[in-house]
This record gives sequence, structure tokens and C-alpha cells, in this order.
Amino acid sequence: MNEYIYYPGCSAKSNAKHYEESILPVFKEIGIKLDEMEDWNCCGATASLSVDKTKAAAINGRNLSIAEKADKDIVAPCAACYLTLKKSNQFLMSETEEAKKILKDLESAGCEYKGTVKVNHPLGLFTDEIGLEEIKKKVKRKLTGLRVACYYGCQVVRPYTDFDDPDYPVRLDNLMKAIGAEPVDYSAKTRCCGGSLTANLEEAGLRLNYILLKEAKRKGADAIVTICPLCLFNLEITQNKIIKKYKDNVKIPILFFSQLMGLAFGIPKEDLGFSRSMISLKPMWEKLGNGGTNE
Amino acid sequence: MEIQEKIKYEEELDKNFFDEIKEKSGCDEISQCIQCGTCSSSCPMAVYMDYSPRKIIAMIKSGFKDEVLKSFTPWLCASCYSCQVRCPSNIKITDVMYALKRKAIKEKIYPSRFSIPVMDKEMHKILTKNGRSSEVWLMLNLFLKTRNPLGLIKMAPLGLSLMKTGRMSLKKESIKNKKQLRKLLKAVKEGTK
Repeated sequence: MNEYIYYPGCSAKSNAKHYEESILPVFKEIGIKLDEMEDWNCCGATASLSVDKTKAAAINGRNLSIAEKADKDIVAPCAACYLTLKKSNQFLMSETEEAKKILKDLESAGCEYKGTVKVNHPLGLFTDEIGLEEIKKKVKRKLTGLRVACYYGCQVVRPYTDFDDPDYPVRLDNLMKAIGAEPVDYSAKTRCCGGSLTANLEEAGLRLNYILLKEAKRKGADAIVTICPLCLFNLEITQNKIIKKYKDNVKIPILFFSQLMGLAFGIPKEDLGFSRSMISLKPMWEKLGNGGTNE
Repeated sequence: MEIQEKIKYEEELDKNFFDEIKEKSGCDEISQCIQCGTCSSSCPMAVYMDYSPRKIIAMIKSGFKDEVLKSFTPWLCASCYSCQVRCPSNIKITDVMYALKRKAIKEKIYPSRFSIPVMDKEMHKILTKNGRSSEVWLMLNLFLKTRNPLGLIKMAPLGLSLMKTGRMSLKKESIKNKKQLRKLLKAVKEGTK
């Protein structure tokens, strides 16, 4: 198996601390050492691509170069980081004049990049590299009875769909089944949460997130499980306003998939960032009894 | 009642615009558009757009440069790539939208009081300077730039929730090797000798 380096991105250090707090222990439990990339810089997400394509590729080239020097492949849990690093990687290796020039610039700044690094999302690693059979072996308490809506969002499955389907992905559903939870048939699984637009355009943001929350409620989910920090953020912060505007109680916990994995692996729930939820988790804990039934 | 005519004569169109966008987006496939509308029907933001993605593509092909670059449409693209993976002609529509945003910024004809281009520019500025973005400072700058103090007040409950759950960082984030980043970005700008 390859060796991996952890690229946190900005969210994991601020509003999505519980993503980092849960994904690192999960990797440890699986037996994969995951050191944080030394002096990584922000990927620029959708912003840099909207302003300056060349600079966006260059700053991501710096990150790729750091991983290459360490001779490791990248693990990027944030959907936007995953997409942006992958996009830049592809662009830098496109052999166009523009890309060759950026590679030279990288070299001149001491960030030489040859193109050997693969960018991974933890979901793809868990389901396709490590495999669900291995995951099942780690489960100490099955999350029996917990109904989850598996929400993939956009940027992990589109447009670089090297491990799942862009419109109807199933990897997260399968992973949740492997840890004993029950995925509901969540038809909104790849609908957009509005991304960075939600914070700026309230009307659109509330409408898009209402669709996602309502569908999860309608299918009887106890929680929505996400693989993206921005999806989690949008789905949490819009709930109160949506309840007020649409007069519909769509209150539902939004969790990172790694939090539930950690719980199933027997890691104490206090160590998985559950206290950072803006939504009460009480009904969920009641359903799970002691944080999951013993096998 | 006065009837407003919305006519543009062929000589008023920009004949180079199509080629520029094709080149800038790396998207030769634009010529293959069959106007089927799959993009517009897949787009979660289409209802808020002044021109739907399908129309934008048609307008690019016909040379409606001003209308396209002044449009809100590219700025309302949430970058969800639904249109892109579904397009039967394999047009990288999301990448076309990015190319339009960059061109509108470069030619300074983007909607300047609209918060989205302002946020993108601010975030890009912060991270090319410090190597990392800092959410709180980004939001502050955004409200200053869009002259929207009310927006800031409206954010207070959210700020409180984030603080309560320990998810707000007031620190101005920065990488250690800023010198290297500066050198890299300078080289990108100037070209290596």
C-alpha cells in the first residue's frame, strides 16, 4: 500500500474541526499513518479559479510538490480541496505551453513537480483501497437502528469520478451499511447545497438546503452524513431560518461520515468532535443507546 | 405604451469573443453545442440567472460579448459540475463559466457591488498574500467592500453558534514560507528567464 500525507485545508482548522478530529483517529485505527503536510497552503477553492487560473494552478502545484518530495500520495478530506488539487494536478500534467511554463515557475521557486502524486478522498480509500471487509473487521459496536441519509454533494463525485458515479454514487451508502447503520434511499444525494453561494445569497441558499433537509426527513433519516465541510456547514446554519421561512420542522443532525465510523470503531464519542454539532444530537444518542449496540 | 426593441445587429457583435472563450476555457467543444438544454435543466441555480447556461453558450457562439460578461450567470454558478458531467457534447460548462468570470474581472465589467465576485477576489488576495485564508477576516473584508454593515449584523447569530461549538478561529492564518510563495507568484506573473 502507498503511503499518504494529510492535506487538511482551511475548513478542518476552523469551522470543520470535527472533521479532522474524527478522520485522523479513524485512519489510525485502520493502521494508516497520516502525517499533516508540512507548511501546506490553501487550495483557493472556487475563488482562485474565478480570478486567476495560472496562479491557482501554481499554488496547488506547491502543495503537490511538497507531497512529491515526501514521496507520498495526498489524502484530502475536504471536497473542494480534493477537486482543486486533482484539477490542478491534471492541468499541470496536460503538457500545454501554459502548464509547462507553470512547472518551470514552480521549479524556480524550489517547488519542482514531476507529476507522481495521486490525490485521494478518504471515502474512495476506505471503500476501494482498504475495502469494506477490512472496515467491517474494525467495527466494535454496530450502529444498529441508525437511519442515515448519505449526502455526497458535488465536488467529490463530479467531475473527476474515479471511484463512484457522478449522479448516483453508492460508496458512502455501502460504507454506512458496513458499520451497521441503515442508509435511507436519499434521492437528493448529489444535489447541490449552494456551496459558497449559500452564505451570500440567502434566498437561493435556503431553498437549495430546504430540498436536501426535507428529503432526508421524508425518508425518515435520523441524521444526514456528509463527506464535505461546506455541505455540513450549509446544512447546519440554514436550518433555523428554513424552519421559520417554510414553517416545516426539518431539524436534523448533520455529521461527518468519519464521526460515525469512529463511533463504530469503538473510539469514545468525546474524542470524535460530536460536541461541535450545532444541532442537538440527543434523539440520536437515545436511539443508539450507549453510543451503539454491542455486537 | 412604448415598445422596447432588443435588437442587436450583426456588425455590433464581437466576432472574436467565441474564439477567446474557447481558448481561455480550454474548451473547443463549445462549437459542438446542440442547444438541448440539459445544462439548464440540471442547474440548481438556473432559476436565479439572467441567462440560462444554454443561452449563455448560444450567446458566446454568436458573439454577445457585453451581455455575457455583464451577466450574473457565471457568478451564480455554484461549481457543482452537474451540467458538465451530463452534457451530451462534452462541453466543460463549469470551466466555461470560470473563464467568463476571469475575463469579466480582467476587463473590469463584473457586477462590482455583487458580493460573489468581491468575495472571490478578496479570498484570492488573502491567500496569495498569506498562503492561507482566514474566514472571519474574509467576511469582514467582504462586508466592508460591499458596503453592507447590515449583512455583518445578520451574521451575529451564526458567529455565536460557531463560537459556542469552538469552530471559529480569529487567528490570521499564514504559511511559514511566505517568501517561497511570493517568489513563485512573481515567477508566474513575469515569466521565467
